[in-house]
Amino acid sequence: MTGWPILSTITFLPLAGALWILFFVRHDDEALAAKNARSMALWASLVTFVVSLFLWFRFDRASADFQFVERVDWIPAFDISYHMGVDGISMMFVLLSTLLTPLCVLASWDSVKSRVKEYMIAFLVLETLMVGMFCALDLVIFYVFFEGVLIPMFLIIGIWGGGRRVYAAFKFFLYTLIGSVLMLLAILAMYYDAGTTDIPTLLRHSFPSSMQAWLWIAFFASFAVKVPMWPVHTWLPDAHVEAPTAGSVILAGVLLKMGGYGFLRFSLPMMPEASAFFAPLIFTLSVIAVVYTSLVALAQEDMKKLIAYSSVAHMGFVTIGIFAANQQGIEGAIFQMLSHGVVSAALFLCVGVVYDRVHTRLIVRYDGLVNRMPAYALIFMLFLLASVGLPGTSGFVGEFLVLVGAFQVNTSVALLAASGMVLGAAYMLYLYRRIFFGKMTKEDLMAILDLNWREKMVFAPLVALVLWMGIYPSSFIDVMAPSVVRLVEGYEASLASAEAPLFASLWSQR
Amino acid sequence: MDQLIVLLPLIGAIIAGFFGRLIGDRGAMLVTCGALLISAALSCIVFYDVAFAGNARVTELFTWIDSGSFEVSWALKVDTLTAVMLLVVTGVSSMVHVYSVGYMSHDPHKPRFFAYLSLFTFFMLVLVTADNFVQMFFGWEGVGLASYLLIGFWYERPSANAAAIKAFLVNRVGDIGFALGICGAFLLFGSAGFDEVFTAVPNFANTELEAFGISGHALTIICILLFIGAMGKSAQLGLHTWLPDAMEGPTPVSALIHAATMVTAGVFMVARLSPMFEYAPVALELVTYVGALTAIFAASVGLTQNDIKRVIAYSTCSQLGYMFFALGVSAYSAGIFHLMTHAFFKALLFLGAGSVIHALSGEQDMRKMGGIFKLIPLTWGLMWIGTIALLGIGIPGVFGFAGFYSKDIVLEAAYAAHSTHGTFAFAMGVLAAFMTAFYSCRLMFMTFHGRPRASREVMAHVHESPQVMLIPLYVLAFGAVFAGLAAYQYFVGDNKAAFWGEALLVLPGNDTVEAAHHVPLWVKLAPLVSGLGGVALAYLYYMAAPGLPAKTATALRPLYLFSLNKWYFDELYDRVFVRPARVIGLGLWKSGDGGIIDRFGPDGVAASTQNASRRTAALQSGYVYHYAFAMLVGVVVLVTWYILSQLG
Repeated sequence: MTGWPILSTITFLPLAGALWILFFVRHDDEALAAKNARSMALWASLVTFVVSLFLWFRFDRASADFQFVERVDWIPAFDISYHMGVDGISMMFVLLSTLLTPLCVLASWDSVKSRVKEYMIAFLVLETLMVGMFCALDLVIFYVFFEGVLIPMFLIIGIWGGGRRVYAAFKFFLYTLIGSVLMLLAILAMYYDAGTTDIPTLLRHSFPSSMQAWLWIAFFASFAVKVPMWPVHTWLPDAHVEAPTAGSVILAGVLLKMGGYGFLRFSLPMMPEASAFFAPLIFTLSVIAVVYTSLVALAQEDMKKLIAYSSVAHMGFVTIGIFAANQQGIEGAIFQMLSHGVVSAALFLCVGVVYDRVHTRLIVRYDGLVNRMPAYALIFMLFLLASVGLPGTSGFVGEFLVLVGAFQVNTSVALLAASGMVLGAAYMLYLYRRIFFGKMTKEDLMAILDLNWREKMVFAPLVALVLWMGIYPSSFIDVMAPSVVRLVEGYEASLASAEAPLFASLWSQR
Repeated sequence: MDQLIVLLPLIGAIIAGFFGRLIGDRGAMLVTCGALLISAALSCIVFYDVAFAGNARVTELFTWIDSGSFEVSWALKVDTLTAVMLLVVTGVSSMVHVYSVGYMSHDPHKPRFFAYLSLFTFFMLVLVTADNFVQMFFGWEGVGLASYLLIGFWYERPSANAAAIKAFLVNRVGDIGFALGICGAFLLFGSAGFDEVFTAVPNFANTELEAFGISGHALTIICILLFIGAMGKSAQLGLHTWLPDAMEGPTPVSALIHAATMVTAGVFMVARLSPMFEYAPVALELVTYVGALTAIFAASVGLTQNDIKRVIAYSTCSQLGYMFFALGVSAYSAGIFHLMTHAFFKALLFLGAGSVIHALSGEQDMRKMGGIFKLIPLTWGLMWIGTIALLGIGIPGVFGFAGFYSKDIVLEAAYAAHSTHGTFAFAMGVLAAFMTAFYSCRLMFMTFHGRPRASREVMAHVHESPQVMLIPLYVLAFGAVFAGLAAYQYFVGDNKAAFWGEALLVLPGNDTVEAAHHVPLWVKLAPLVSGLGGVALAYLYYMAAPGLPAKTATALRPLYLFSLNKWYFDELYDRVFVRPARVIGLGLWKSGDGGIIDRFGPDGVAASTQNASRRTAALQSGYVYHYAFAMLVGVVVLVTWYILSQLG
């Protein structure tokens, strides 16, 4: 590749910005320091985003290989190196992260008033870790980034969160940590079997069948929490409710995608036999997630909690698609993750808009907002439609491709997942009706103002993306297609070649 | 030109919707109406070009979704079937746009209303021009969205909001079937494009498929799934509950969406997929039964309703049933013929009803109407035209109103099928024709004739509608009178083969439309006679002896209540689906997430860790004799263990 290490630049630019804020933004006047910290964070994240656009334009859409690869030996004795690169699966997640961070900074412009400097540092560090996680091509590096993400998120919830922030932060930490421990063990086991932690090499390595099962379970423990899958999802609603708006945006927009990305990068290609064996388990949990959490969402009284539960349901589609393990399913799953990253982020931003004005997230405290906030109502409606998967928005493409993929593998799973179409529409429309429609009767809403220009700036790129992804999704599917094709081919080949499939006898139904 | 027809309404909608404040109410109305009228004019040209000059075509715009072999494009497919729909949709829509200028003149949100109307038209046009399943689904969901927005147009009314959500959700239930049907078609044929699928169908005529634990004839399963989608959109029995509630929307909306166009999308879909349904006889049988039952069910409910719009809504539901059983006996052209004529006279009836409501200052209850035919004679006359067209009255061999031709051919085809389901449909259809005549005339008599029952104040304000509302009615009335006669030869008569071209497929043994021309005379006369019987009975009940309805209602009270309460479908669904969903949701949240997962998961772990650490901490008391004692115990245990192990 070219000499310029573009991935490292994208990864560490935000960190540089954070260090700059840490060391150089000092002022006796706290308000001025806060202002400088905000602008610096915005510039750092914007520049990062612009640099990351190079990936989009320079990415070779015909290749399934890792691109923009950088490799520097780190601990040669153990064959551990600093190895970065992106393929069609990970490239767009990098862009998603770099896009959402400046929006988060903008969204927190006025709403975060205490410890602004530290807040901005936390977000920039978070960005570094997220981007690094998606670029890492060495298991050790990956693990460092993957777990590192927890720390700034933990702080963001625990320091700038709502009333029960400490409970939420610890719950979040507890859940995610347990999985991490198992994953570390699995990484060690992989190292002993394959003799390397280099991901491209591991992708070509085939692990013994019996080992695959244990590795798979260990990774599953970590990824399932991140997705989150039922029944390890209960940290999510609490984390979302207590997190500040921008924290929710990153949590829903990027952090939830780490689990799905992990399944695609490790479980499916490295442990194909185990993946095939455990697919029914995944299907069962995902279908429960779709139906169960949709019903729970129907009963919510807190807007953020409702959207948090809807996230669990939408991520259920993702896991179904991944383990359907055919091209439509996996492309649908990736697309659904990207779409959910945009849409749920936008929905949390939408909640943030009224929260900043009225300081409550309780649905009953709102009514008839459309009378005073038509622009806001319109934007909310668009994201709502994307969330319920209306054709022409981004939500449809992913959801539908997943259904197409799942139907080929198991029709009943497709049927039950499709019921999410109705339930999803039910809770979202019911929410919309309670907040926006009807007469405006609440005293404290009478003087509420519509979106200001800063908020419109935040929403504009998301609106454009939702429509672009819905009307011309080929721009995105073309990027992922070669890598997905290779993944599916490899998966099928190793299943076919597995001598006397260890698990096949246990599970014959298909 | 095809692109223009489809895109003009969208452009109108965008301009009116986003720049409504800039260009004002007048500007918004001008733009949307203008765009629609141009679109309608272009549709006429396209219709001639396609149906008569035989230039069916597909214009591909650009790729939409391309995932492996799952490849669909944005495309415009125009064949005769589409051309007919283009004509109906743009025709009725442009008339409704013009009418709305008058009807909505007092509404403060005119740009929004017209933007929604045009947006709806755009989605409907995308639906009928689709050349693949997924684009059809796009239009399908899009019209659902537009319908949701328009039913809930008066967002301050709780009932309108509830009806809007209900319409969207019930439609979505059907859409599950549609979506899975598409998945099934892709699984079987490896494509989602109509042309590819249709060519491949005969090769898969006997393929088996296992789905949802049932193993069966693949095409039958797929067709039934797709038909479930059609049932939702076209308000067929079971998924019909949203349609009457949808009358909460402004009346022009009811005319356009819930009578003439959107609700016929299901009929269009089955006709479009005729090459698939033809190879799935069991699915066709199901279509027939559902259609016939809907026809009779909705007509029976229509008998007792008192809201003028709800009567017409049930009538629509019932007429859709006719169309479906026509499709079910392979008389696709007859079904589409009835769809076309129905669009004219039902839109006329709805807009006429709107005119009445407008005249009576918003009153919709027929019990508070009556005696106004002298005050609004034009509306009265136009509505009678619509009613007669709906009843299908005419002089055989000479001339008839639109419904006369289309309803007769539908019923004759059902009879000519000579199958159990066909005969059943014929019987139900004739019976429903009787009921149709009764409730339609009941509506007319209660609304226009007899003594005035409105308050004096309201009666003083009764006025004929302005020209802008009447002109669309004239156009539609013209269609309601002449459309049947004019189109008969082409749709179902001698020229039908040349007219339809490749658009519809009927297998050689199933040509019921041809057979329908050779049925016995009594079959041809049955619907007319039963209709006239209904008219006579209605005259007796509501003109000659006005005391009779009350007496009958008392005498047949259970039946009367059953009909008045719409066969208790709403109550049933409320008990079985709506309320349990809430309760289960709350239960899962409180006891599932909170009571089980959290209690034994994170909270439990945290609590037991705390508990354990508290106990451990208690050991560290700081008293030397505690520690000395513990050491002593330890020494004793160690020594004992050592001795025992030495002994053993």
